[in-house]
Amino acid sequence: MRGGLWQLGQSITRRLANGDKKAVARRCFATEADLKKTVLYDFHVANGGKMVPFAGWSMPIQYKDSIMDSTLNCRQNGSLFDVSHMCGLSLKGKDAVTFLEKLVIADVAALAPGTGTLTVFTNEKGGAIDDSVITKVTDDHIYLVVNAGCRDKDLAHIEEHMKAFKAKGGDVSWHIHDERSLIALQGPLAAPVLQHLTKDDLSKLYFGEFRVLDINGSQCFLTRTGYTGEDGFEISVPSENGVDLAKALLEKSEGKIRLTGLGARDSLRLEAGLCLYGNDLEQHITPIEAGLTWAIGKRRRAEGGFLGADVILKQLGDGPLIRRVGFISSGPPPRSHSEIQDEGGNNIGEVTSGGFSPCLKKNIAMGYVKSGLHKAGTKVKIIIRGKPNEGVVTKMPFVPTKYYKPS
Amino acid sequence: MACRQLWASRAASYLRISLFHRSFSNVLKDLKYADSHEWVKIDGNSATVGITDHAQDHLGDVVYVELPEVGAAVTQGGGFGAVESVKATSDINSPVSGTVVEVNEELNSSPALVNSSPYENGWIIKVKLSDSGELNKLMDSEQYTKFCEEEDASH
Repeated sequence: MRGGLWQLGQSITRRLANGDKKAVARRCFATEADLKKTVLYDFHVANGGKMVPFAGWSMPIQYKDSIMDSTLNCRQNGSLFDVSHMCGLSLKGKDAVTFLEKLVIADVAALAPGTGTLTVFTNEKGGAIDDSVITKVTDDHIYLVVNAGCRDKDLAHIEEHMKAFKAKGGDVSWHIHDERSLIALQGPLAAPVLQHLTKDDLSKLYFGEFRVLDINGSQCFLTRTGYTGEDGFEISVPSENGVDLAKALLEKSEGKIRLTGLGARDSLRLEAGLCLYGNDLEQHITPIEAGLTWAIGKRRRAEGGFLGADVILKQLGDGPLIRRVGFISSGPPPRSHSEIQDEGGNNIGEVTSGGFSPCLKKNIAMGYVKSGLHKAGTKVKIIIRGKPNEGVVTKMPFVPTKYYKPS
Repeated sequence: MACRQLWASRAASYLRISLFHRSFSNVLKDLKYADSHEWVKIDGNSATVGITDHAQDHLGDVVYVELPEVGAAVTQGGGFGAVESVKATSDINSPVSGTVVEVNEELNSSPALVNSSPYENGWIIKVKLSDSGELNKLMDSEQYTKFCEEEDASH
């Protein structure tokens, strides 16, 4: 995974983007011209964005600020990310909820209109096809956002099941929101800054909640969610208004909210203990192993009815063989695929994401270890370039999350 | 006088911003350069090795430098350590062959010296040269500047 200095900046692209192996292979041969551009592309370049290939898109890995400074500024002030490469999707119809429940582990029926949750699309073996934030807009409209690197695979999966569902008389159809762009606004200034651009009272919109509203003169889908551990929003805006909205948000923050690229986004989500699909979550990993048991609704635990439910519910009873945990370590920062050993030098697992935490000023990582060795405080060795380094299993998030919840 | 200074500093900051993409990094005249972005400074039989300004700029914040042991043998083009930034891990190759006679222990506690002072306080190892003829295979500052420009243009 590591390269010489001449491969600078390339390895993170690979590290961040190996969502699906086919996409990776394609990307290696893709030229600049083949890469898709978001409506904010010129805006990124004009603002000093270093553009890199990511899941078939040309995306900014960072701007003029270093990744370290960008990460710190997000937690201190705020960040604006272009996440338009991610795929927004609406499922509509009176059976949309019933349909989606066949594919995900969430209790979608129990969600109140205007609320959402993180969920996992599973396969027949109980492995994760993708993770996604889903929102019940109304009882017959679900809005969800899936990973850019999983888009083709996810859409093919949903379409296949939708055909079968409709053939049996189910009422569901989809709309892929390619007419919209997605901007993530994160950090303590996100809410006060966004409030300048809308008449709706944002103090009444809590973490995980959703609203369709006017922002800066255009109709947006607003979800109070994010991928940094901070309070914040993801704003789905009509693409023709995307650049204006980004400019307005930056302007209203008086320069405190900064454009932030994929590099800092990765540091932020790692500090928040959030999974990156393709690294920490994959086809062969179940939600139980990934520590996402909380995302399986109570009713779903009793009833099943989603793909791979037999495997997942059995694991729920017996306990998984491996578990995702966090680590703090000394020496060089662990990276994905670093071997984890117990104190006796026996292999007990592998790191899936790791790096230097800009906020904690120490190495943090996550990975999978054998059950029994997953408890906080367990000492481990992390092998980097053949040498063992001291590590200790640590509770996540590494940096406390600041989601806006009713007090 | 004051006015001129003000103008100069404004121009400098303007240039730095506008040239961000082209990475017009600092290249020192009396050093030799490898195509893997390490520099070497020759003083008699002793060679000081580090990574270039261009390299540190692309890597970003350096958070860890893996140093070899004193006494280790290095060969021209062979890896002897690694530098870790927030975003990536990169090997460091030796531009010369010989024996490591000193390592920059300062980097253990202050790896960011590689960013702030790549040619001075951020040096990485000192090598006792075994073959000074090898130096002919390295680039001078002019060649290296051109090399960086071409490499950036191809990305």
